[in-house]
Amino acid sequence: MRVGVVTFPGTLDDRDAARAVEYAGAEPVSLWHGSDDLKHVDAVVLPGGFSYGDYLRCGAISAKAPIMKSIIVAAEHGFPVLGICNGFQVLAEAHLLPGALTRNADMHFLCTDQTLKIENNSTMWTNGFTLGQEILIPMKNAEGNFNCDDATLHELESEGRVIARYVGVNPNGSRDAIAGITNKRGNVVGLMPHPEHAIDLLTGPSKDGLTFFTSLLHSMIAG
Amino acid sequence: MGKIIVEVMLKPEILDPQGQAVGKALPRLGFTFAQSVRQGKRFEIEVAGDPTPAMLADVEKAAEEFLANTVIESFVVKVEK
Amino acid sequence: MALDTVTNASATPDFVLPFEQLGLKADEFEKIKTILGRRPTGSELAMYSVMWSEHCSYKSSKIHLKQFGEKAPNSDALLVGIGENAGVVDIGQGYAVTFKAESHNHPSFVEPYQGAATGIGGIVRDILTMGARPIAVMDPLRFGAADAPDTKRVLPGVVAGIGGYGNCLGLPNIGGEIVFDETYAGNPLVNALCVGVMRHEDIKLAQAHGAGNLVVLFGAKTGGDGIGGASILASETFNTSKPTKRPAVQVGDPFAEKVLIECSLEIFAEDLVVGIQDLGAAGISCATSELASAGTGGMNVQLEKVPLRDPSLSPEEILMSESQERMCAIIEPSKLGRFMAICKKWDVTATVIGEVTSGDRLHITFNGELIVDVPPRTVAHDGPVLTRPMSRPEYLDTLKAVTLEKVETPEAIKAAVLKLIAAPNIADKSWVTKQYDKYVQGNSILAQPEDSGMIRIDEQTHLGIAISTDANARLSFVDPYNGVKLALLESCRNIATSGAKPLAITNCLNFGSPEDPGVMWTFAETVRGLADICLEMGLPVTGGNVSFYNQTGKVAILPTPVIGVLGVIQDVRTRTSMSFIEAGLELFQLGNTDDNFTGSEWAHLHGQMGDQAPTPDIDHETRLVKLLLEGQKYFAAAHDISNGGFAATISEMVLKSNIGATIDLPAQFIPGGVTAGLFAETPGRVVVAVKSSDVAGLTSLAESHKIALHKVGITGGDALAINGASIPLTQLRAAFTETFPKLFG
Repeated sequence: MRVGVVTFPGTLDDRDAARAVEYAGAEPVSLWHGSDDLKHVDAVVLPGGFSYGDYLRCGAISAKAPIMKSIIVAAEHGFPVLGICNGFQVLAEAHLLPGALTRNADMHFLCTDQTLKIENNSTMWTNGFTLGQEILIPMKNAEGNFNCDDATLHELESEGRVIARYVGVNPNGSRDAIAGITNKRGNVVGLMPHPEHAIDLLTGPSKDGLTFFTSLLHSMIAG
Repeated sequence: MGKIIVEVMLKPEILDPQGQAVGKALPRLGFTFAQSVRQGKRFEIEVAGDPTPAMLADVEKAAEEFLANTVIESFVVKVEK
Repeated sequence: MALDTVTNASATPDFVLPFEQLGLKADEFEKIKTILGRRPTGSELAMYSVMWSEHCSYKSSKIHLKQFGEKAPNSDALLVGIGENAGVVDIGQGYAVTFKAESHNHPSFVEPYQGAATGIGGIVRDILTMGARPIAVMDPLRFGAADAPDTKRVLPGVVAGIGGYGNCLGLPNIGGEIVFDETYAGNPLVNALCVGVMRHEDIKLAQAHGAGNLVVLFGAKTGGDGIGGASILASETFNTSKPTKRPAVQVGDPFAEKVLIECSLEIFAEDLVVGIQDLGAAGISCATSELASAGTGGMNVQLEKVPLRDPSLSPEEILMSESQERMCAIIEPSKLGRFMAICKKWDVTATVIGEVTSGDRLHITFNGELIVDVPPRTVAHDGPVLTRPMSRPEYLDTLKAVTLEKVETPEAIKAAVLKLIAAPNIADKSWVTKQYDKYVQGNSILAQPEDSGMIRIDEQTHLGIAISTDANARLSFVDPYNGVKLALLESCRNIATSGAKPLAITNCLNFGSPEDPGVMWTFAETVRGLADICLEMGLPVTGGNVSFYNQTGKVAILPTPVIGVLGVIQDVRTRTSMSFIEAGLELFQLGNTDDNFTGSEWAHLHGQMGDQAPTPDIDHETRLVKLLLEGQKYFAAAHDISNGGFAATISEMVLKSNIGATIDLPAQFIPGGVTAGLFAETPGRVVVAVKSSDVAGLTSLAESHKIALHKVGITGGDALAINGASIPLTQLRAAFTETFPKLFG
């Protein structure tokens, strides 16, 4: 199976995301923001970083990139998309996911190992977890504070579209301690923390992150 | 209730990476009007009653010492009518 | 002034130029006239003044630094030595590693965020310029007293700047230091170290060879940033009493730099450049004169072709501008098309501004008029060499021995340990390091607060490197010759404690004014000590940086030679961390403790300095490093003893592990008793944790290397118990972690 990893100018974690795809047993395919060619991949990861320096708003300039036009069309037809950190911000700016990621409540960039609780294990990217499972993966961002209006929040909560929540002290002020959400169909997932940095114990705090990528393989094979 | 506006801009000679990135993105999206873009901050300060000269002087001082980093930024204080 | 051409300069020999305002002395100005056979043009004066500044020319330090060459140890590891943008070492398997530290002290005082940010930007470009992918950064920092009002301005700004720039570049920040001392109040030290990796065959040099090859400027456009900054900020002390008159500072654009890195690496991968140089201090003046003098010497540059952000800049200002995120490459004409295509892909501005010529002079024209006609070597390398007066400072005769009360009862031990670990120099630094990305690139094996930062180089072979930076300025103050030796030995110990073998060193030497004979003496002693210890330890110096004029008014900072040691580990999976994984491990101290408190944190907390630095025991340290490397198979955890002594080391270990320990220091065997056992900073010591089944192996290893081995305790429980004093981990953790948030929010 081929999984595309998009590089925007300023993307940082593209090689890490490709490594995680490989660890999961799939073939990573590098995709360039300036082309609308998805190269026949079966899914796409929008990795973390500071695309366009986070200038204007995080993810705002990248959301208008040619590759995103193709991704938006594909996603509406059920194509699996995972946005991590800056990738989540891009998905929000591209309106594939609701809400916005705003400045952390304490105004600082925060890099820490964060415990999350999995609250939806029916998406293409989370089906390998058990419901309520607690996982430990790194988070690192300055603008990870999930915000949306009350109606959207109600919709997300009532439809079970919060896929992961921060456990313990809310690290960035996100509404309802939301760390990640999915779209109605469950093919598009946005997550602030970084599962690609938790794929082995040598370089990460756990191997919990790998399950996001193996989940995709399961759902594609089951498919 | 009155409103005092403080606009803070990077000084013209200081590099503005944010404005520059926006300026480069506009033509890619089909907007061709911009020769250059600079990005700044705007503070809207609500005060009780009409701003007095003394209050404006205080706002100037706050802008000078706090709202703007006068090493790299300039500011303008205005009263919103 | 209208355009001051070479013709004009010849015709108007008596025209008065403001050389003194540009930081040149009268004799230096005369030397320029002798070189040129006429008065310099304004543009030439701009170039000479900035290139002959202390910052660029090393004029005060040069005669001392040559010892690094004279005393260089035999080493096969060094691939590129001092003189290039950064030294390069061979780490095996065809990999070459380049690393270097630089200071950005004065700009960081003026504008902490931008000063620190552009400090990262500059050192990263130095590493990139060698052909390497930058893979990590580290930041040794020094600030005034932690509770001083200005520290609350400077520290958060510096930390945010380092994070803001480094995080955006995708470089893991894996370590560094934060030390507070009153002498840094008006002059914080912001040193930045970057490390990069490449294959041997990909090493690039700053050379302009081949007549007809093109000079290409690429990256950001040129603005009025930091004009004269290198010269004025670094070579003359500046008056801080009028904040409104602060000089302009450079503003960094980390996004532009990230794009420049990827663009350059793609250009290197296709082997499109003959030579390359980054633009830092002295901008185009430095890049063109250094490239030309490292080549055949001849170069023509058409200055009006330089893309400008501010079109009102004069030629002199274009030459001196320190605008960030710019590079200069020498390219064969046949490769220009491909070069430009890659730049276009990354949206990087690239412009041909000149060509290499067969002559031996650097000619710069502006709209067709010749404004610079110089032998490039005279600008880049033939700057003044000063023999500054030196004298042993008088303060050395007024130092007093440390006198401290004994800490013996359980109550006193508990209070003292809690006091020590809450001290700003010892307390938890995660308020700072949580603002840095340590995970990006996915190869970080160890990061602060571990003894060294460790990065995996090859995912298949598991080859890795470790880096540690150390300085003990208080010891350098008391004894500059031995102080720097002790810093280097500590750094080597840190590397070996993590499981890597020390291979090469770099340095960043921060001192007060070289015009003060006392400062100059401490500097000279430091360089002599460093050159000697490198020879004794067989470690090549790959490069370094000297920062002078670090003082507020007449008060110089403590002499602060920061040493960075690079080590190699064949298999990163064998590394040793400072945290134990389980209870029931036996704790040992390697090395003996003595009762010298000079320069220690415990003495500092009591307002004392001491009068006698420890004597470096190179033989002991060498044997200890060997033991540490051979003993990795036994170590469940290991942690060097340095700042704060044994008490700080064991506290850091139990807190990182979240497992307690019961310690029994055999006071009767320690000169100075329990007080020294806990708080003395005797060098050459490490705490290790081993399983009971490994004790015999460790014991015989220690015997074979003749290193003293002392059983000091056992891991387990939820308290740190020391000689009858019991400190619950929750209480210990609170004391350790509350200091920084209380101070800085």
